[in-house]
Amino acid sequence: MTDDVQTLVDAVALGSIYALMAVGIGLVFGVLRLVNFAYGQLIMAGAYALALTNDQPVLLSIALCFAVVLALSLALELAAFRPLRRASPTTMLVATFAISYLLQSIALVKFGAIGKIVVVVPKLSEPVTIGGVHIRWITIMTIIVAVLVFAALMVLLTKTTIGLHMRAASIDPATARLLGVRANAVITAAVLVSGVIAAIVAVILPMAVPERLLVGPDFALRETIIVLVGVVVGGIDRLLSATLGGFTMGVAVGLLSGYLPSSGAWPFTSSVYLDSAVFMLVIIVLLIRPEGLFVRGRHAALERV
Amino acid sequence: MLEVSGLEVRYGTVPAVRDLDLSVGRGEIVGLIGPNGAGKSTTLHAIMGAVRPSAGDIRLAGSSIRGRAPEQVVRAGVALVPEGRRIFTELTVEENLRLGLAGRRSKDGSAEALERVYELFPVVHESRSRHAGLLSGGQQQQLAIGRALVGEPDVLLLDEPSLGLAPTVVDTVFGALLAIRAQGVTILLVEQRAQRTVALADRTYVMSNGELRMTLGPGDAGDSRRMVEAYFGSS
Repeated sequence: MTDDVQTLVDAVALGSIYALMAVGIGLVFGVLRLVNFAYGQLIMAGAYALALTNDQPVLLSIALCFAVVLALSLALELAAFRPLRRASPTTMLVATFAISYLLQSIALVKFGAIGKIVVVVPKLSEPVTIGGVHIRWITIMTIIVAVLVFAALMVLLTKTTIGLHMRAASIDPATARLLGVRANAVITAAVLVSGVIAAIVAVILPMAVPERLLVGPDFALRETIIVLVGVVVGGIDRLLSATLGGFTMGVAVGLLSGYLPSSGAWPFTSSVYLDSAVFMLVIIVLLIRPEGLFVRGRHAALERV
Repeated sequence: MLEVSGLEVRYGTVPAVRDLDLSVGRGEIVGLIGPNGAGKSTTLHAIMGAVRPSAGDIRLAGSSIRGRAPEQVVRAGVALVPEGRRIFTELTVEENLRLGLAGRRSKDGSAEALERVYELFPVVHESRSRHAGLLSGGQQQQLAIGRALVGEPDVLLLDEPSLGLAPTVVDTVFGALLAIRAQGVTILLVEQRAQRTVALADRTYVMSNGELRMTLGPGDAGDSRRMVEAYFGSS
């Protein structure tokens, strides 16, 4: 029973991280109709910034992480996304693949294949016992941070002018521009907010997921792929459905890895087969609801600001 | 106020608008009618900068706005009420109006501009906190016009505002155009309702096949022979 609660809380925390990544990807998709496959490399860059400043005060280290991720986000927008604004979605997707591999290769050449340890706040990795259930502080922090980020995002999108413009541009970019909404301002805002979320994930991920304690060139790559699948499964053209898709994937991965025994034979008797199990679920979901798990009715429209 | 000269717009190799000249004087209501596919909407989109002309010039108060992006054209003082209204149905009525504020040159006076639209269209005021998708077609049309007006444009372009509306609602919309002109706004009205447009407008251009066919005055509205000729060409 306590094991079940522990597994569930861990799964919800993983779901929160994936939901954060999903909303970061979804924000940019909304205004650019661009699936940013390189999102994981933004997180990787942030994690390297943390790892290389392990000896610095933690706040400075985190500030550097944010600075690196935001600068890289802006650079991507100016150097890659903006020139491709009129290109087809396929071209843009392929371009983000290229950027993703470029950044991974740069990391490989510059920092080597061996991962570097990321130390942020070691205390957060210690467990706290609540009613016989052992939960690590970072797990609780992750869920709290995710809730705060979503609350802040809600305020931004519903209470501010730039948020209103972002929503309008996501729904009908051509009409939004005809009303005077500045495409570049809206896109830059979305890219920056998405970058802030990537930086937050870069801080959380190494502490929350034990296998991510080391940052290497492929840091957050697997997470990005699973989140992208979750976003599509949830329904990519709405922020809420995309986020719920990411969250669901995280919880599913968390639960499967909690309940699949760590050793044994095929099928599903080993967490080695975790990915197979996850993607089989994805295939089933896409067969049943190809328009997205959390989409009411069908949305078409592939227009861009 | 608005001067279009030698305008040509092509979709691929097919010309949608050819060598079009039209001018709208300050405070005028000018109509633009013609059958489907005549190039009326394309002309409006070219003025807004949403499609790129292959030749010709578009001048606003004497200076060229050709080649500018839509968000710049709006800031220069031209607003469009698009065909089919293009209301954001998932947003509230008030949010739709606030989107229209995006095109303002100055943020000062936004509240007053909203107030004036609420006065002009009381039904928009009554439903301001509802989702725009819940409004009727006529209410959405009033919202679409109001959304263009809160930017306080010098020139208002309307693309078939009476499309799909009941006759009494059309009266409301056409009546509003007179009130808007009285506030000093110059109007270019694209319409399918030829007779009503000719009667309302100071001047009405007739387009077909991307070209200007003739210009009608308000007196021609009762002349059915001339109206038929305008649409189907002289025999």
